[in-house]
Amino acid sequence: MSRATTKWMPFPCLLLPIVLFLAAAGEQPPAAPHNDLVIKNAFVMTVTHGDLKRGAVYIKDGKIAAVGETVSAPAGAAVIDAGGKYLTPGIIDSHSHLALDDDVNEATSPVTPQMMMQDAFDYQDKAIYRALAGGVTTSLLLHGSANMIGGQAVVIKHKYGASRDAMLFPGAPRSIKFASGENPKRVYGSRNELPSTRMGNFAVQRDAFVQAQDYMRSWDDYNAKLQRGDKDASPPKRDLKLEALADVLRGKLLVQIHCYRADEFLTEIAIAKEFGYKIRAFHHALEAYKVPEKLAAENIGIATFADWWGFKQEAWDAIPWNAVMAMRKGVRVAIKSDSDDFARRLNQEAAKTMRYGGASEDEALRMITLNPAWIIGVDDRVGSIEVGKDADLVLWDGYPLSSSAVPSKVLIDGDVYFDRSLPSYGMPHYREGQ
Amino acid sequence: MRKQLSAAGSQCSVKRFRIASLATAAVILACSARSAAQQKPIVLKGGKLLTVSHGVIENGVLVMEGGKITGLGSAGSVKVPSDGKLVDVTGMTVYPGLIDSETSLGLTEISAEESTNDLIELSDEIMPHMHVYDAFHAESELISVTRLNGVTNAIVAPDSRDTLPGQDSFIQLAGASASEMLLLRDVALPLNFTGGQRRNESWEKRKFPETRMGMAAQLRQAFLDAQDYEQHSKDYQKKKADAIRDQKPEPAAPKRDLKLEALLPYLHGKKPVVLAAEGPSDLESAVRLAQEFNLKLVLNHLSHARPVLDYVAGLKTPVIVGPIYETPKDDERFDAVYSLPAELYKRGVKIAFASFDAHNARNLPYQAGFATGFGLPYDEALKAITLNAAEIWGVVEQLGSLDVGKTANIVVANGDPLDVKTDVKRVFIGGQEIPMTSRQTRLRDEFSSR
Repeated sequence: MSRATTKWMPFPCLLLPIVLFLAAAGEQPPAAPHNDLVIKNAFVMTVTHGDLKRGAVYIKDGKIAAVGETVSAPAGAAVIDAGGKYLTPGIIDSHSHLALDDDVNEATSPVTPQMMMQDAFDYQDKAIYRALAGGVTTSLLLHGSANMIGGQAVVIKHKYGASRDAMLFPGAPRSIKFASGENPKRVYGSRNELPSTRMGNFAVQRDAFVQAQDYMRSWDDYNAKLQRGDKDASPPKRDLKLEALADVLRGKLLVQIHCYRADEFLTEIAIAKEFGYKIRAFHHALEAYKVPEKLAAENIGIATFADWWGFKQEAWDAIPWNAVMAMRKGVRVAIKSDSDDFARRLNQEAAKTMRYGGASEDEALRMITLNPAWIIGVDDRVGSIEVGKDADLVLWDGYPLSSSAVPSKVLIDGDVYFDRSLPSYGMPHYREGQ
Repeated sequence: MRKQLSAAGSQCSVKRFRIASLATAAVILACSARSAAQQKPIVLKGGKLLTVSHGVIENGVLVMEGGKITGLGSAGSVKVPSDGKLVDVTGMTVYPGLIDSETSLGLTEISAEESTNDLIELSDEIMPHMHVYDAFHAESELISVTRLNGVTNAIVAPDSRDTLPGQDSFIQLAGASASEMLLLRDVALPLNFTGGQRRNESWEKRKFPETRMGMAAQLRQAFLDAQDYEQHSKDYQKKKADAIRDQKPEPAAPKRDLKLEALLPYLHGKKPVVLAAEGPSDLESAVRLAQEFNLKLVLNHLSHARPVLDYVAGLKTPVIVGPIYETPKDDERFDAVYSLPAELYKRGVKIAFASFDAHNARNLPYQAGFATGFGLPYDEALKAITLNAAEIWGVVEQLGSLDVGKTANIVVANGDPLDVKTDVKRVFIGGQEIPMTSRQTRLRDEFSSR
């Protein structure tokens, strides 16, 4: 204990165990955020405007402030010399269930849009860290597929070691998860309840939106009365479930639909048109290659697997060329994990599209960065290395679109959250027992 | 092993294969499919040969004849048969067919559709008399999908939810029928001790053995019963011989017990027991038990055994590692499992990779590639899906490397075999070129042309 400390610490003996704990854990206390940071001498893969073979990125206040062969930065800026290594945007996983413990499916009713995944989000789950170590910086945490209409997703940044609120992606749009096909009909059919067929699935969905239309109308009437100055108007009773569905009808939620089969894409599109909402993306979408034009025409993206197949009947026609065949017809394609395991190596999954169908490097990279960012609705904020975007970056120790590349550093909002060279867990902001 | 050979051999005409009589315990048949027997020599010219056993040959030539590799070397150094079919593989990489050291190929078609699964008998935990060859479905769509990525041989194992779920077969991923693809039947006995074999799934359904104590006791009793059974059998043989000699009535033959009979080759140490454990305590408990019965071991998984890797090295047994995608425990670093192959290699342990899967068995090489990112030398990663596996399964005289005399299981690809971007262009199995088609390519072609 230094003399300086004793001066202002009334009870220095209390501080001692804390200091010893830090020393024993071998961890650095959280570093101050890098307001000014330059990553230089990097092979910069911007995704949107090509590669810089020897480039630099200047980060200020968590944002990308400059990108180029050279950048001008204040003399006091911290510098990371990349040593020629590859720098990519942080990976974005547009279909994840990590950090939700067993709280993925509220499988007690086929319509549960009032479920908020944020309420189940366990920000201390180590799966967030393990995905971070694989280069993932943003994830869309979705409700499961037991219900035709599941809950509302939460978008997180993988700032492991930070507080819960610091991990929520600020200002990310709301998404809602729908599902179709085998899962809802199996879950409810096994209980001898509706739905037990695809007919039942879609009937449940239509019925929910008919109710939502009534609910929305009652509120619209009420608001119209208020507008007319009707002092006696009394508000309808709030119903969280129908309120959420009304928000879908009002276009306030991005609709993310778990859907495998081509025929079901078409039915989902027809129902969306019938009730007047937009579908943001089909998830899994293993038969997108059968009807890519239909999806492209509606500007519906897909979040798909690179080569998973055969795990269930509706995945029997899955082919690894799906992503690229859909992309070539104008579909915005994301490769997603749907798995705490695969979330750790989405770069390899994206690289498979180069082999199956011949995606270019940029196209492959786009499938785990900018395209999933669009699906989540945060493509103006993340997903490429561009001035003004969040400084969510991965520095790789090898060519990222390969079997063997491993992130050496991962930055979120300009701050290093994972550094492979550090001892213990490799995280500047995390201490064991935290 | 002799018995196995004749059993498998009876399915092929004698002319079509040669029994390699070897000092090593196991031998394999270069038994090409009747319809697929190599008719004409094939010469691959101009490729980069990754021999695995003796380095890389740039601009190489490889000759296949009668289903075997009959020549290889640098251009000009190899005698090329005049009637051979010349295949220009300039710019390509040529390497031995990959060997997946644990799959459920042929035992499943659509995972969630139980009617398509023959993965395990859960009625009892001790089921060594289950033979995967009895269920192996040669026409499975998964076989062609898998071999298109260069996997030409695999262990087929039952699911791991029984302590002794049955015996593995070693297959070749081409052949006119199941019997031609099943190169070695009952090649090994899995022994699973991960805790997943306990019958404790719910309070209502619990039954013996619901603890590891129960599993160990049951397992020990099974091996003791088998020893006892063998002793009775020997006693009977002796009494019978005595009776014949003394011209007395023969004693009644003891009742055969297939379950106990199945354990005998393993109790004699003739074939390996593949012991699966993940953490240190399970590993040590199961190894101790195996040592009581002098079982010959191959270790499996060891996903969370990092604290005892020196102990593992001391056992001098090969390890089927991982899969390295196994999630680390919460108190383990993110790369605790990824780096396991490198850590075992450093300690001198012979390792092999396995997909432990069926649909994703085609991705076997990427696991090896990923392990190089965590310190496993490249050559060792390649060995772990070729030569090491061939050694572990007793087929090294026939498979696992590009060497004259070995079965011509050859892959031609446009790059590094361990990289996800690499496209496999040609696959030869027993010297026969495999059509590069599967249910998946047919769907691709059908919908590409619309």
